[in-house]
Amino acid sequence: MILLITGMLLILAGIWAILVKKDIIRMIIGFTVVDTGVHLLIVAIGYVKGGTAPIIDRAVSTADASFAGMQAISKVVDPVPSALVLTAIVIGLAVTGLMLAYAVRLNKATGSTNIDDHEEQKW
Amino acid sequence: MIKYLLVFVAVLGIGWILWQLGVEFQTAQELNPLASEYVRGSTSDLNMPNAVTAVVVSYRGLDTLGEVTVLFLATAGIGFLLKRRKRSAGLEIDDTDGAANVPVCDESALAGLEFDATGTTDPQNNLSNSLGSLSNSAVKTRTEGSEILKTGANMLVPMIVVLGIYIFTHGHLSPGGGFQGGVVIASGILMLIMAETRFHLSHLLLHISESLSGLAYVAMGLAGLILLGVDHFLDPRYLLAGQFLALFSAGAVPVIYSLIGIKVGSELASVLASIQHEGEEL
Amino acid sequence: MFETITLIFLGLISVAAAIFAIYTRRVVSAVIASGVISLSASIMFLLAAAPDVAMTEATIGAGLTTVIFLYALKHIRSSREGRDD
Repeated sequence: MILLITGMLLILAGIWAILVKKDIIRMIIGFTVVDTGVHLLIVAIGYVKGGTAPIIDRAVSTADASFAGMQAISKVVDPVPSALVLTAIVIGLAVTGLMLAYAVRLNKATGSTNIDDHEEQKW
Repeated sequence: MIKYLLVFVAVLGIGWILWQLGVEFQTAQELNPLASEYVRGSTSDLNMPNAVTAVVVSYRGLDTLGEVTVLFLATAGIGFLLKRRKRSAGLEIDDTDGAANVPVCDESALAGLEFDATGTTDPQNNLSNSLGSLSNSAVKTRTEGSEILKTGANMLVPMIVVLGIYIFTHGHLSPGGGFQGGVVIASGILMLIMAETRFHLSHLLLHISESLSGLAYVAMGLAGLILLGVDHFLDPRYLLAGQFLALFSAGAVPVIYSLIGIKVGSELASVLASIQHEGEEL
Repeated sequence: MFETITLIFLGLISVAAAIFAIYTRRVVSAVIASGVISLSASIMFLLAAAPDVAMTEATIGAGLTTVIFLYALKHIRSSREGRDD
């Protein structure tokens, strides 16, 4: 629950930064903040109350319906959101690098990363 | 002012949507059926303890393949945007001083970049700079890394690389895997780049290892298609399942995750190298 | 109980760091603040029983993203100085 609220607040703060700030670097920082917020949100959805990490140290077969086997499985958090967030973080790094490479190129071409100096891109 | 008002209204609207999503949310008391099936299947069918690795490599393997493709595309985009000029092109760029074609690093402007400054300043004034006393001397040329950094890099980089290899070969047994191991290897290479200014990362080597491991990853997936039949793409069960909790177990999962680790490591290393060496001559 | 208190504490830290990152004047401070957000988020992942995600967030979010930002800032600063002189 705390993770969910923190994630939502981070998303809102990041969107505020993206929409208000004029400097492109600040906007990219806003994007990374939104990234972290979304990751927190997804992990919070997969959390099971009192759960442990999804690493099970004994084999539980499908036919095995014993009490210990069921308990080992039911006290584990959902592995699917963890796997999705795992890949999303790595993609987030690559996309941040791409945005920064674009910012560096823009700065080299025009000498400014402030969006007010690029009026010709405005519609 | 009207712009701030519009932005405020937009953020408020998004906050309202999130609130609607969150107000009915309750922390789950037990696993949903799909997730418990994945957890059970990872131990009984695939014979490995880490269910997250089972989902990443096997159950949602196609997603991971697409993710690796996105990573490759982003890396290619960065390499395209930050090209390094050939020396023979003779183009004098306006952002460097003509005498020294290296990035100008102003200490007073970069007061916050302590750890980067240790990689670029002289050995003798490095300590005083990193302790925060602002010297106004602009460092015009890129000098060697400090003695501490170089010695530390010589000692630590092999250990960091070994740690990365350990993380991605044990991805099916413990937390970790190809992505984390690849990132650890890339950070070791970053330390090497910061310490040794003469060290030039061979982009050709990175490209070869990256594309070979990507090719082998797809080939491992296709092997499942051939050996186990249709709709078994990226099914790792064609290799021996082995003993539970052993290093060589869980079929092809360690092999696939190691390939992902090599691919991610070389891609991130080439991203770091191309951003760090941007604007320099080859 | 201890976990709840730690989670609240980390959540407050990360939200405060986000506000600081938006309103600080220096860009380097904003970059470091976004690294702090990632670091506290990784501890929250660890407490939410997702160690894989915690490892990834700690190495990528707090490590490599910060480094890439600082390198890009270095290039932008240096090209500005060359132009202004």
